[in-house]
Amino acid sequence: MKYSALSILREGLRGHKGWKPMWRDPKPKSHYDVIIIGGGGHGLATAYYLAKEHNITNVAVLEKGWIGGGNVGRNTTIIRSNYLHPANTHFYEKSMKLWEGLERDFNFNAMVSQRGVINLFHSDPQRDAFARRGNAMRIAGVDAELLSPEQLRQQVPILDFDNARFPIKGGLLQKRGGTVRHDAVAWGYARGADSRGVDIIQNCEVKDIIVEGGKVVGVETSKGQIKANKIGMAVAGHTSQVAQMAGIKLPIESHVLQAFVSEGIKPFLDTVVTFGAGHFYISQSDKGGLVFGGDLDGYNTYAQRGNLPMMEHVMAGGMAIMPAIGRVRLLRHWGGIMDMSFDGSPFICKTGIDHLYLNGGWCYGGFKATPASGWCFAHTIAKDQPHKLNEKFTIERFRDGKMIDEKGVGPNPWIQ
Amino acid sequence: MHQINCPWCGKRDEAEFQYQGDASVKRPEPDASQDEFFNYVYMRDNPRGWHTEWWHHIGGCRQWVKVVRNTITHEIHSTGGPQDELKLPKANVK
Repeated sequence: MKYSALSILREGLRGHKGWKPMWRDPKPKSHYDVIIIGGGGHGLATAYYLAKEHNITNVAVLEKGWIGGGNVGRNTTIIRSNYLHPANTHFYEKSMKLWEGLERDFNFNAMVSQRGVINLFHSDPQRDAFARRGNAMRIAGVDAELLSPEQLRQQVPILDFDNARFPIKGGLLQKRGGTVRHDAVAWGYARGADSRGVDIIQNCEVKDIIVEGGKVVGVETSKGQIKANKIGMAVAGHTSQVAQMAGIKLPIESHVLQAFVSEGIKPFLDTVVTFGAGHFYISQSDKGGLVFGGDLDGYNTYAQRGNLPMMEHVMAGGMAIMPAIGRVRLLRHWGGIMDMSFDGSPFICKTGIDHLYLNGGWCYGGFKATPASGWCFAHTIAKDQPHKLNEKFTIERFRDGKMIDEKGVGPNPWIQ
Repeated sequence: MHQINCPWCGKRDEAEFQYQGDASVKRPEPDASQDEFFNYVYMRDNPRGWHTEWWHHIGGCRQWVKVVRNTITHEIHSTGGPQDELKLPKANVK
């Protein structure tokens, strides 16, 4: 069923009794052309683009829990493409362009809102660094604007401009950045993939990856053995465990990143503000809640919850730059497990095993990458070779000294 | 919140420490191959379960403390100095 104003009107008149489930609940077949392990945003997007761009529809997405129950529903919904290194800039800009046409493309309201993303700076050297990044973005065809304190005051008057430790000297704005309704991204891709023939199989845990003669041939799951010509892993957070099933060790550590939502308040902030120096960023959801977060807790963990010292640190950062939020009550907070790679950049690549493909290492940039990640991973699987946009996101880049170290902090995932 | 038993200072809150990563990796000999150094710098087991790791007591005695901690439950099994060989309590949870 195609969604439109007309379909809403028709169902409204019929008491909303005609809506159908958005995807089927099929039993797994014994063989598929492609299996995607992981029914998160990236896995579902991959299946969608395999069907749509490459006409490969005999595809299964295997999900241990339920779709949209992992990091695609645990992030702070921000999209942006304000990167410095060319490999990242072009890849994330592809993602931004796909976001811009996504709702029409998959006929689902994902509430893409290009409300802008502003990175604050506090000193002359930091202004130089941000100007450099903005220029690199513009050379690559991405929009970027350096805001003066006066321009910033007009846009975000509630900031503490005269903060003693971090006086605000301006900001780097990407107008096309913004937020997206994250659950709708999972549902939209799932519906789009399912309608093209992809089987989405939930509550199906992959227990083992079967490799014969250096080539992957199938998986053992909680619903039995399923054979496949090609298999893609898209399980960021637990990539090390799934790759281990095929005997692959990776430059990845798993860390927890916390996020917070306040009670709903009246319109207060109509853009996204990041205060990198104080490890804090914030936006306001359409429901009115302030959505904010900071940095990693900073130790290896698979627990989807954080600890109090980082909570306190994030709140302190918020109070420093936006004191007006001090009386707002916290509604909920949670943690998501990040695949932290050793240079802060992802993997979309082939592995040492034929027809087994890797998508992971998203650090905390996974959500905004969802469309381009699926698009590039589908290309890599369909053609058995990477697209130009993801050819640098390999495992070998570390061995070859070709890291894409956006932050320049070296091989320490917990401070990426 | 983690409470880490520093062998020099006693039990202290995690906020006094800076995490310093996997303590099970060993620096290869200087004449080791590129691959061995690659593995040492970049490749990690990243276990779900017991993990041997470094916590630097920067807000205290500034010693490096070796800690065996569970990455699912955050339970700390044992701590020791850099030279101590700490045993993992049981097989890693898959």
